Amino acid sequence: MTRLVSADRVVGTVALVFAAIAPAVVNAYWVGALLTQMLFLGIVAASLIFLSAYGGMVSLAQVSIFGIAGFVLGNVTTNGNTKGLNLGWDPWLGVVLALAIAVGVGLLFGALASRSVGIYFLMITLTYAVIANLFFGQVTSVSGFGGISGIPTPHIVGSPDAHPNRLYYISLVTALVVYVVLRYVVRAPVGLTLQGLRDDPIRMSSLGYNVPLHRTVAFAFAALVAGIGGVLFAWWNAHIDPASIDLTATIDVLVIAVVGGLYRLEGAWVGALFFVIVNNYSQRIGFIGDRFHTLIGAIFLAIVLVSPGGLIGLWERFVNLFSGRRRGPLDRNPVELGHAEPSV
Amino acid sequence: MEAPLRQPARVRGLRLTRTQIRALRIAGVVLLALALLFPLVWVLFLAPTTGAGATSFGSAVHDPKDFLITLLNGITAAGLYFVVASGFTLIFGLMRVVNMAHGAFFLFGGYVALKLQRHLVGEGGAFGLTSSQVNLTNWIVPAIVATAVVGAMGLVMQQLFLRWNQGQDLRQALITIAVSIILADQMLAHFGGVAEDIAWPRNFDKFVNFHVYGIQYTLTRLVILAIAGGIGVLLWLWLKRTRTGMVIRAGVDDRAMVSALGVNIQLTFAIAFFVGSGLAGLGGVIGGSFAGLAPGVDANWLLYSLVVVIIGGMGSLGGAAVGSLLVGLTTNFAASYLPANYTYYSIIFTFVLVAVVLAVRPNGLFGRPA
Repeated sequence: MTRLVSADRVVGTVALVFAAIAPAVVNAYWVGALLTQMLFLGIVAASLIFLSAYGGMVSLAQVSIFGIAGFVLGNVTTNGNTKGLNLGWDPWLGVVLALAIAVGVGLLFGALASRSVGIYFLMITLTYAVIANLFFGQVTSVSGFGGISGIPTPHIVGSPDAHPNRLYYISLVTALVVYVVLRYVVRAPVGLTLQGLRDDPIRMSSLGYNVPLHRTVAFAFAALVAGIGGVLFAWWNAHIDPASIDLTATIDVLVIAVVGGLYRLEGAWVGALFFVIVNNYSQRIGFIGDRFHTLIGAIFLAIVLVSPGGLIGLWERFVNLFSGRRRGPLDRNPVELGHAEPSV
Repeated sequence: MEAPLRQPARVRGLRLTRTQIRALRIAGVVLLALALLFPLVWVLFLAPTTGAGATSFGSAVHDPKDFLITLLNGITAAGLYFVVASGFTLIFGLMRVVNMAHGAFFLFGGYVALKLQRHLVGEGGAFGLTSSQVNLTNWIVPAIVATAVVGAMGLVMQQLFLRWNQGQDLRQALITIAVSIILADQMLAHFGGVAEDIAWPRNFDKFVNFHVYGIQYTLTRLVILAIAGGIGVLLWLWLKRTRTGMVIRAGVDDRAMVSALGVNIQLTFAIAFFVGSGLAGLGGVIGGSFAGLAPGVDANWLLYSLVVVIIGGMGSLGGAAVGSLLVGLTTNFAASYLPANYTYYSIIFTFVLVAVVLAVRPNGLFGRPA
């Protein structure tokens, strides 16, 4: 991987250049509706991939934390005839509070789940997801079933309808920053510790590392990332309701992360792009129509059964085929999908 | 006391003396005891009927009738939770498969029974069938068929997708999630988005007079409790008194050893998956008669199953029973005994229940480390 020009880098650069000039190349619908959505969904999926690839924690709570940030933002910044608290704060102050609460909830959720791993972790975070959804559906003082409408954006962003490019570029820069920071964190001592915990928690514990504490901190950090995604979503959609964080939405982000490949951060945006395109265009295919989730479920099933590395895994196999290297995605195996037991 | 261990070479994070740790532990126990004691005292003695914290019934001393009704509601709801969660925990305990499609199976079982009942009796009026139109057979036959259909469906899923991924528990969980997405979407397409009820038979649609504080209690809830009790006893006898049950219990402890002893463990897995999924289907019939069927209901029932087994401990039948009881009582008492302006917050108590149990016992009350 030390070569200056690798297939990954070429594709990455092309993707970045395309992302930078996208508003000039594709129409406003693509920029405003699809690409912006891809960027913030990718941010949420990246928080999940960060946890699963480097911490061994497949979390289903990322969408609920994304939603909590969005609901907090909606409650404190709206100032009108919508549900919620309508506090009418400055949007930036709302962002700070939204992210702070997302991190706080992440600390709480993380601390409770930090002593569980694998599918136990998956189940516990799924209960968080469903409970958060029911909470916002039932508690009418902060949301209720209909949700919060008319969430304002800061002046610099403007209305996403009038200026789709502004929110697009802000999302793009945010996604890039998130990506770079995540890459930095996983290489920093704390990230290396996290990978150590993923591979052998007992050894790390006997070396004197506080395993639950590290897991909790990693979870809270991922909550910050998911919260950023939630803020962008609330601005983009100008509306958030419990359906934005229901089980379907939770599974959608899981699908994005798995389709992207649960072990590389880039996969988050690859999966998100795939998801929004399928979501948008599958309705035009006659026999699919409204059955988008049947299609995405079938794709998800096929990916899990055939290529656990997702699209990125397929890509790496493809590259390795041509470069002659035999180093496939499965060699890394950071997500403990486990090894098949001999058939008994 | 054990001999003092030498300090590890590098200690990260907080370093506490033994006295501090003991003080923290005592503080934790006291806090926990208060957290458990306060709701009890509140419900029994404190809950007011007037003022800012007014509750709908007031304390148990003030209004024993509604207290007993809430208690019965909690216990009977627990019965339904147990039917659904026992299937979940049976599958998990033996095969380490977290069946995320359990909620979708529940809903599918309900819809199968609903359609069959309508087929047998007729479509009924604008709001579906009423109990007066349905006799006992027209409820029991759909229930049995739905149980078998959902059991077969689970069996097919296990044989097609899960069998060759044994031991890869995360991958199996993802596979069941994929199945649940497809199933939920297809149910939405075929059965629509309108909430519908399965009609109880007319034999159950009446009130029972308890002759205590003048309580008139619905028979349907008692029927649910009776079914749950029957299933619990049958499962217990099956697991403790039959050869298959013995193999299942041995398989929970050590699959490889059991199969090395010449037992056909794949057959046992198939039976357990059939029974576990079938219980989700039966739960769907009862839940569909009790609370109705609609898209999204599957998520709620998956939540109940997860919470019950997280609290009770994975793979433990007794744990599922205790977990169901705790969830049933918590949800019902929270909904009835929170101050009237705050009853919407009752969902938080489900979370608090999970949080308290996980903080004290990460593997659940009756769970063992995996």
